[in-house]
Amino acid sequence: MVQTLSAPRILPSGDSAITVEFSRDIDDGANKRVLALDRTLANEPVPGVTETVPTYRSLLVHYDPLLVDFDTLREKLLALANLPVPPTIKTRRWRIPVVYGGEHGIDLEDVAKTLKTTSDDIVERHVRGDYRVAMIGFTPGWSYLSGLDNSLHMPRRQNPRLLTPAGTISIGGVQTGVQCLAGPSGWHLLGRTAVRTYQLHRDPIFLLEPGDHVTFSPVDAKTFAEQDRAAEGGEIVAELMAA
Amino acid sequence: MSKLIVSEIGPASSVQDGGRHGAQRYGLTPSGAMDQLALAAANVLVGNTPFAAAIEIGPFGAAFTAREGAVRVAVAGASRNTDISGSAVALDASMTLADGQTLTLGFARGGSFSYLAIEGGITGEPMFGSLAVNARAGLGSPYPRPLQAGDQLQTPPASGAPERRIDLAAPPEGPIRLVMGPQDDEFSEEEKKLFLDSEWKISATSDRMGYRLEGPIIKHLHGHNIVSDGTVNGSIQVPGNGAPIVLMPDRGTSGGYPKIATVITADLGRFAQIPAGKSFRFKTVSMAEAQAEARNFAQLLRTLPDRLRSMDQFDLNIEALSDANVAGAAVSAVDASTWQIPSPADALAPD
Repeated sequence: MVQTLSAPRILPSGDSAITVEFSRDIDDGANKRVLALDRTLANEPVPGVTETVPTYRSLLVHYDPLLVDFDTLREKLLALANLPVPPTIKTRRWRIPVVYGGEHGIDLEDVAKTLKTTSDDIVERHVRGDYRVAMIGFTPGWSYLSGLDNSLHMPRRQNPRLLTPAGTISIGGVQTGVQCLAGPSGWHLLGRTAVRTYQLHRDPIFLLEPGDHVTFSPVDAKTFAEQDRAAEGGEIVAELMAA
Repeated sequence: MSKLIVSEIGPASSVQDGGRHGAQRYGLTPSGAMDQLALAAANVLVGNTPFAAAIEIGPFGAAFTAREGAVRVAVAGASRNTDISGSAVALDASMTLADGQTLTLGFARGGSFSYLAIEGGITGEPMFGSLAVNARAGLGSPYPRPLQAGDQLQTPPASGAPERRIDLAAPPEGPIRLVMGPQDDEFSEEEKKLFLDSEWKISATSDRMGYRLEGPIIKHLHGHNIVSDGTVNGSIQVPGNGAPIVLMPDRGTSGGYPKIATVITADLGRFAQIPAGKSFRFKTVSMAEAQAEARNFAQLLRTLPDRLRSMDQFDLNIEALSDANVAGAAVSAVDASTWQIPSPADALAPD
């Protein structure tokens, strides 16, 4: 069966960037089309395009207006966006160790209470998930994952925290995320990982790519402490399951 | 190697350059100079490539001292009183500090940022091809943080090349130009008109991440939460409180508030230089005009070396003269010294 693709909206973001918007909502199908267009532009570079930034629902395409003008690039992007999404594109699959609850996940018990279940059940539901990196943004390495179990969807905190720890694993709305640097967050903190999605002087500096698959595996606090020391020394700690 | 010692410096001062590009997809913002034209002018004056790393100096004063040899520098950007060991020196010009001499810069007048370029550049370890400070990401070299008094910058010794000045046309006056979008459809026609017809001021709480605007409250059609999407320098997002924020080079790479419009590339530096509290307006232009202006701006940056002049060679530059008059000093068209060198009267002139 031939699937008809709706044309994305082409929105100007100033004179040197175009937003290719596939949806206004968090939408798995739209995110797949974002990642497909991103990959297309990486494989077959369009003259003048300098950088692409995938998000849940749109691809931001930075370009040099000295090399290509808005109307020309608009037509080119519309044509490329209407190519069918490849059925399977080769993706990497990571397993990321997480210490859940206690001092490392201070909201786990409250989340369990709100959802009228036990902390163990919340952890089990979170670990069961097969997630995809929908986008990386806000601060370096902050990876937004799609694929959170419906039963874990909940509104963000009324009062965002100004400082949450590096490596925090949290849930917010319909998303879960891996936060790299310490910083503000309005999400519910379930645990921490020793994995640095961003680390200077390590190869690679950025571990995850938009489109990568991610699963979580629970570890105890002692293992987390060991992994944290290893990660500090430049070890990746996350397991690459398949590429 | 010579050293330039930071003897005094205020907040909002850091090493910046053309920025680090190509990693926004990983959440890494480009950073880089707030006013790329002033950065390039300072660099070209001392023979550096236009977007080499230089010291971005915020609105407060600063002082720098040469040690272990002479250091050749140039200052461009916001107007300030500037002297070397008490003798006034011109901006938009190169100068050589002998070992032990101190260059002192006063408060910025009629602008916010100045750029001090050092001949031979600043010695540091580039990350993603840039020395620009991004304190949140722990990036920037030689110091991954804003500069502090006592910091030392390593630099090659002064070459002894003849000093130069640069003839920069006065920056265009008038409203800051915008292209509407990407989410202008999140606002009613009345709210867009209010946004475009109002006078705005930049809040004192602004920084390198964003300039907060003071003016009327801009209301959304469908609430203030959108699903996060990508941002650019100059994105004007409107958060829940209705007070627009213009995103600057240390912005988050994605944002979840509707973006009503975007400042055009050619006006980003001019906008960054507007001092807190000073009134200004916006104006929309077509995409064709914005892109033509972007090409003109790129051409200006490329041809800066053609604007270099020897120190004793003066063109009769009407724009520069009227500029100097605006700054409040008495100016004589026949006596270049009255408009080349800031006079003490300049310091007392109101902006």
